Formats: sequence, structure tokens, C-alpha cells
Amino acid sequence: MITDININLSQWPFRRLPLDETSKFVARLQQNGITQAWAGSFDGVLHRDVAEVNARLAAECRLHGEGVLIPSGTVNPMLPDWRDDVRRCHEQHGMRSIRINPNYHGYKLDDPVCDQLFQHVVTHKLIVQLVLKMEDVRTHFPLMMVPTVDMTSLPDLIQRHPDVRLILMNNYSTLRSETLSKIAQKENVYFDISHAEQVGALEKMTNSVPYTKLLFGSHAPFFYLEAALLKFKESELGETMTHAIQFGNAERLLNEQ
Amino acid sequence: MIWDLHGHFSGVDGATVDERIAKLMEYADRMGVERQVFFMGWPWSQDPTPEEFRKQNDQVLQAISHWHDRAFGFAYLNGKYPAESLAELERCVADGPMVGVKLWVSFKCSDQKIDPIIERCGELKAAIYQHTWLKVQGNRPGESTPADLAILARRHPDVSIICGHTGGDWTRGIRAVRAEPNVSIGIGGSEPTAGFVEMAVRELGAERVIYGSDIGGRSYASQLAKVYGADISEADKELILGLNLKRMLTPILNAKGVKR
Ligand SMILES: [Zn+2]
Repeated sequence: MITDININLSQWPFRRLPLDETSKFVARLQQNGITQAWAGSFDGVLHRDVAEVNARLAAECRLHGEGVLIPSGTVNPMLPDWRDDVRRCHEQHGMRSIRINPNYHGYKLDDPVCDQLFQHVVTHKLIVQLVLKMEDVRTHFPLMMVPTVDMTSLPDLIQRHPDVRLILMNNYSTLRSETLSKIAQKENVYFDISHAEQVGALEKMTNSVPYTKLLFGSHAPFFYLEAALLKFKESELGETMTHAIQFGNAERLLNEQ
Repeated sequence: MIWDLHGHFSGVDGATVDERIAKLMEYADRMGVERQVFFMGWPWSQDPTPEEFRKQNDQVLQAISHWHDRAFGFAYLNGKYPAESLAELERCVADGPMVGVKLWVSFKCSDQKIDPIIERCGELKAAIYQHTWLKVQGNRPGESTPADLAILARRHPDVSIICGHTGGDWTRGIRAVRAEPNVSIGIGGSEPTAGFVEMAVRELGAERVIYGSDIGGRSYASQLAKVYGADISEADKELILGLNLKRMLTPILNAKGVKR
């Protein structure tokens, strides 16, 4: 039983991925013991009509999700009337979480709009999945180089919004240790493991972040799904930590709503 | 059978290389990695003087001395110092236990000054691992691209050369070396982006694709996933995970009397 909180449906704009067809992808998830996957949409990164992106995502999860996929809609607070996207994610689509991409959408974590967004999601009891980057910046398309989200003001943002349940996605190597040490102990902040690197990556990650704050995330199908799965073979975490990271923490987070 | 082309003594604690290699081998055991290639010591030096690369090679020699059945060494050289690099090649490979060389980011491999090193490696049947990247922000001044490596490979059609990291941006890296049959690609040391190994097998054939991790900065997990997760045949996975590197190293291992 594994909950993968970091997958995407639809197509990556710059190349086709081997598993970017939902039914094929879901079959692969199931073969590998993924029983629940929180799905965003690649379309949310660049499209402006995110209401359509989210409606399509919700329908795709319902029609082809085999009970595995739950949708996580995109909110872009730089778009007019973004609050209605938040409302629709919650009320129309019954979503439990949203994805935000501040670097692709063009705002900083200390911009007032980010505070407004965080204030607003609380009223809809939505988890925020903050995606720090999508792709290694060194391999970006030359006319579309998008820097990784600047994390300098993250501790202050978290401080101002203790009620927002926040998951930092694709975080490894983006979070400098001094930032990490300021936020690792915060009740409401979680970290996905998709980008954890170094030999024994999870042994190291559980040394700097309490294991109760770590969530299984694969960043598939952009990454090979096996990368996240094999981390549990390379690190000897024991049953308690393994179960918590693969399933228990995500379940607790959902039930807190 | 897994043979890993690319490892360093990083990512683990330990004051000595002996301590570090012992810890790294625990992870290798967990992941089923039978043989691990190591190159370079520490501290990192992107443009090592002869004194520095000798010191780093001494670290590797020390580390593999207790693990000669599991670990192989490649000598770290610098194309800026051809005479000293050639002498180091004799010390570490011709007269020592190492079986290949590592060239990093100090000197573009398209430059002909590097040719004597490549020719000598060819004579010794020593593996050549040349780092390459294609950074959209621009490479370091001495950092080679896969296109630079293709230029080198055309000058030495009878010498096998490995295109390290496949340029990072493998969609371009694979194409850059496709026409040079003596070039294999190393797939380690980049994010586990899906489609990499599928494209490599489609464009180059599985025989030219070599697994390596770049531990300890990378994990075995993320790098093995590129092969395990790829939509290719089991026979191709076996070639990539070990058989290709074994085939490449067999002549020099035989010459050194190393059991395989
Ligand atoms: Zn390396």
C-alpha cells in the first residue's frame, strides 16, 4: 500500500513521456503497489485556462483513475479571478489539495498575492503542494529557462500561515540546510522524497527531517517511478518509518481536514 | 549482474578512503551492484595540478587495494598537462592496477593536445570516461560537450570512448554521438528522467549504453531506475547494467589477471 503524492497527468510540453497515457500509467502504478496517487496536470504549468485544465483533470481521474487517482488542481494567483479556481477545486471537483508553481506563474513567495492565496486556501481546507521546480534547470528549453523557486522567504511565509498544510515538492538540493533547519520542525510542513539523492538518500533525509513529515512522491511519469521505489531498498529505514513515508503520513494529512 | 561505471568516495562519512569504500560497498550490496568503478578522491579539484591528480589517484589506489575483486579504479588525468598525465597513466594503469581514465572539466576533449593520452589508452585497452554536459546556461570554459567528444572520437576511430552523463540533456547528447560507433554513453549522474534509456537504445542500440550511478552524490536508486524502469527488453537491460562494461574491460582485466 503506497500513496504517491507527486504524479502528473497529460503531457509534458517539451517531449512525450513513455507513461503519459493515463490508463497505461495507472496500470504501472498498480503493478508497483501504488494504491493512491495525487495527480496534478502538466497542463497547469503553462496553460492559462486552468479552470478547463482542472475540470479535465478531475474527469480523467474519475474516468480512467481506477480508484487510484485523486486530482490535485492548479491555482495560478496571477490570473484574474483565481479565487474562483480555488472554489471550483474544492466545491465542484471535491479536491483535497492544489498545486502551485510560483516560478512558472511568475510570483515570489514574499509577494502579497502569495499571502492572499494562502489565506484563501484555508477557508477551503485545501492542502497546498508547492512545486519548487519541474526539471533540472540545466536542461531547460533555451527560450524558456525558468529558475527554481527562490526559497529565501519561505520560513517567513510559513510563519505567517501556520494553518496552511504545505507540501514542498521536488525539494531536494533546492532547500539549503539553513532554510531546512528553520522549517523541518514546523507542524504544518511536509516534504516529498522524489528528488532525494546521495547514497542512502532516505537515511540522510530522515536525519534532517522528522520521518513523520516525509511523503512518498515519485514525480512520475517525468521521472521513472522506480527511482522513488528503489530508495526504500537502498536505505534501511525499518517498518515504522517505511510505512509512515509510503502511506501513513499522507493518510494522516488527508484526515486532518 | 550489475557493473557500475561511475562512483566517488562522497556521500558517506569517514576520514579515510578505506572507511568510505567500506560504507559505500554496503549500499552496493543492498542494490546488487557486483562491481563498482571509482575515480577521483577529495577534495574535488576541477582543474587538478599533476600533484593533485596524483594524490587523488593514490586515494583510489588505496581504496581498491582491499577490494580488488569488487572495485576498479580509473586514473584521474588533466589534458592541460599531457606529459604528466601520460606518466600518471603509466604509473596507475600500465604498471598499476587501474583499468581506465577519467577526464573531467578542465580541458576540452576536442583539443588535439589530448591525443597522446587517448592513443596510449587505446594501446592499453584502458577505458576512457570523458565527462560531458550541455548546460543551457553555458558550460564551464574547459567543459566538453557530446559534440566535442564526437570530434575526439572521429580522430580515434579504433579507440572506445565513453560519453559521460550523455551530456545531461540526453535528447541532444545521444544525437551528437550517434554517428560515432566507437562512442558509448554513460547514463549516470543526472536526474532519472523517463525516456532516456528508451531513446538511447532506439538510436544507438543497447550495446552502446552503459549504466553507472555517480554515487555518492547520486543514489543507486535513482540511477538504476533509469534501466529498471525503461520500456526495453530484459536482454537489453542486462547489456546496459553490466555486460557492456564487462565486455569493454575484459581485455585489460585479462591482461592484469583480474578474476571476472
Ligand atoms: Zn562523477
